[in-house]
Amino acid sequence: MNTTLMDTVFERYGSDAEALVEILRDLNQAEGYLSQELMIAVADRLRLPRGHVFSVASFYSMMNVKPRGQHVVLMCQDAPCHIAGGREVWDALEETLGIAFGETSPDGKWTLEVASCLGLCAVGPVVQIDGEVYGNMTPDKVRALLVRFDGDAGGAA
Amino acid sequence: MIRARVMISGDPISLAHGAEALKLAMEAELAYYGLENEVQVGFIGQVGRRDVLPFALVYPEGTLYGPLRLSDVPFLVQEHLYKGRVAEALLAPPDVLSGKIARLPRREGVLYGQQRVVLRRAGLIDPKNIEEYIAHDGYFALGKAVTEMTPAEVLQTVKDSGLQGRGGAGFPAGVKWGFVAAQPGDEKYIVCNADESEPGTFKDRLILEGDPHAVLEGMALAGYACGASQGWIYIRGEYTLAKERIELAIQQAEELGVLGNNLFESDFSFHIHVHAGAGAYVCGEETALLESLEGKRGIPRIRPPYPPVQGYHQKPTAVNNVETLANVPAIIQNGAAWYRGIGTEKSPGTKVYTMLGDVNVTGLIEVPMGITLREVIEVYGGGMKGELAFKCAQTGGAAGSIIAPALLDVPMDFATMQANGASLGSGALLVCGEDKCIVDLAYVLMRFFATESCGKCVPCRLGTRRMVEILDRLRHGHGTLEDLDALEIMAPQVIATSFCGLGQGAPVSIITALRHFRAEFEAHVAGTCPAGVCPMHSPVAEQPVSHAYLAFA
Repeated sequence: MNTTLMDTVFERYGSDAEALVEILRDLNQAEGYLSQELMIAVADRLRLPRGHVFSVASFYSMMNVKPRGQHVVLMCQDAPCHIAGGREVWDALEETLGIAFGETSPDGKWTLEVASCLGLCAVGPVVQIDGEVYGNMTPDKVRALLVRFDGDAGGAA
Repeated sequence: MIRARVMISGDPISLAHGAEALKLAMEAELAYYGLENEVQVGFIGQVGRRDVLPFALVYPEGTLYGPLRLSDVPFLVQEHLYKGRVAEALLAPPDVLSGKIARLPRREGVLYGQQRVVLRRAGLIDPKNIEEYIAHDGYFALGKAVTEMTPAEVLQTVKDSGLQGRGGAGFPAGVKWGFVAAQPGDEKYIVCNADESEPGTFKDRLILEGDPHAVLEGMALAGYACGASQGWIYIRGEYTLAKERIELAIQQAEELGVLGNNLFESDFSFHIHVHAGAGAYVCGEETALLESLEGKRGIPRIRPPYPPVQGYHQKPTAVNNVETLANVPAIIQNGAAWYRGIGTEKSPGTKVYTMLGDVNVTGLIEVPMGITLREVIEVYGGGMKGELAFKCAQTGGAAGSIIAPALLDVPMDFATMQANGASLGSGALLVCGEDKCIVDLAYVLMRFFATESCGKCVPCRLGTRRMVEILDRLRHGHGTLEDLDALEIMAPQVIATSFCGLGQGAPVSIITALRHFRAEFEAHVAGTCPAGVCPMHSPVAEQPVSHAYLAFA
């Protein structure tokens, strides 16, 4: 476990139990997910019950308690993006990556997840890859976009 | 001396497309011509044109260039800023509405007829510079309040203005503050609800990105009126740019002494802290937000006691939406009577709407309360996309109602909409043309709630799940008439028995959809989707249920 990372994050928010949500979110962002080891360390440092830390970690969508792929693809599934042609983009994503939503590809390269509204509805459908947002997506655009991240997107298929 | 100003679009989309590099290139190019002290380069939030990102807006002429590539910068600087003539080749294409606005008129509305209170500075000032905010009357209201008015007078002004909460419920802000002010004790809090997660709503993000100081000033005024000296902004975890802007704004305000201890040499002190969420729609509910703010799962509390009595740390707390707070400085500065002159009698002021769906122009508008949906579509939305006929609109985000053509000419304000069985909600207007399927729409909306339900209470957790299943059957052509009856029974039950606003809002769309479009639901039962959208006669996919169970060693 990365103790320097822990120190940096705790320095940012202090050892304050009220900052638990922010601490876990930042750790998740840095590490990709929250391992059991990491959650236990946080619980010990904040003197909180382990169960409480896990209950918070499993509640919020920006935290993950299971490992994720190298690239994380999020797609908004709500009405404004759906109306603007989101379903076709959705199908294209699943088809190109060869995995369904909520899954990670067997080679650990891609994770495909559903996001709730990202607040960019005027340029829907919206896809977020590794934290960067891409708007006005079409099936063709999203296929071209995936190739940028990986020469042979769809290798998992 | 600054003679020109270049505003580069600094919204997330533009930044993802290299707006930062554009700014650097622009500055380097200006330095090459020795213009760095004459031309100022900065970022702005938005100007209502989403089709030309990233763009550069050159003042004082208001010339709009976009979409820009890095290679366009030398020509642009040479032509416009060095030689002083418009670089025609790079001009943004004409606006669909007016047919010409590639040059924005000074600011009297990017779109005509708009009346801006909340967004009057957004797009005009550099949100990263407090001096520009002050130059546009910023912090004058706070100064006036603290030095010339008593807290009771500030409170009375907001009460008299009739300002209603802009988060969706429309509760009078002054009344809420009155509750907080009336509570005994010194430890009180002002919380700004910036956890904007309602699908189709992004007004708060643009306010925070485009004019962050207005929110800070509104919070400080709320603190003065309520007797609170601490404020929290609970911002959505996904809104990274807005968070950066607001944190910078707080830092600048503290350095200048318009936030902090003994403001304007008075006894009043006010401090603002930022707390970013981590992705949960339910945290927009005020008591769930407070739980999250205290570092717990965002699960709503039982009410009463309401937050004005027992909120953050069990102390009196006023929780207000971003747009509500951004209205306050203008009200204090111009008075309640001025504010009452805008909008309708029961709902004064303006409303920021987000226009989405099958209209030619999507984006953000701020118009007086009481405008009709037809006006929004025809005037601001530039009409229906592809000459489609209007089928329905969904107002107020996922928790809002579905509006049939019959309600197109109803003035939109909180009271009138409610009287017509609809809701104004957060101000999202999702317009659907005739090629959209109502069952498909209802399914997508309900799926959102089934995903976002926090699981605390049974009616919401299971009710939304059951309704999604029924709607999924319907869109696959396996539904029955009994299913429709079940929806009609279940929906009001979920509203009546759910713990918080999430469950109480979830079935509104299905109730209003059934009321206006029952024939279309029945057509699905009979086996046809009139719009040809639904995957009829294919097997219903298993709904995967995912729980992240994990055993601790």
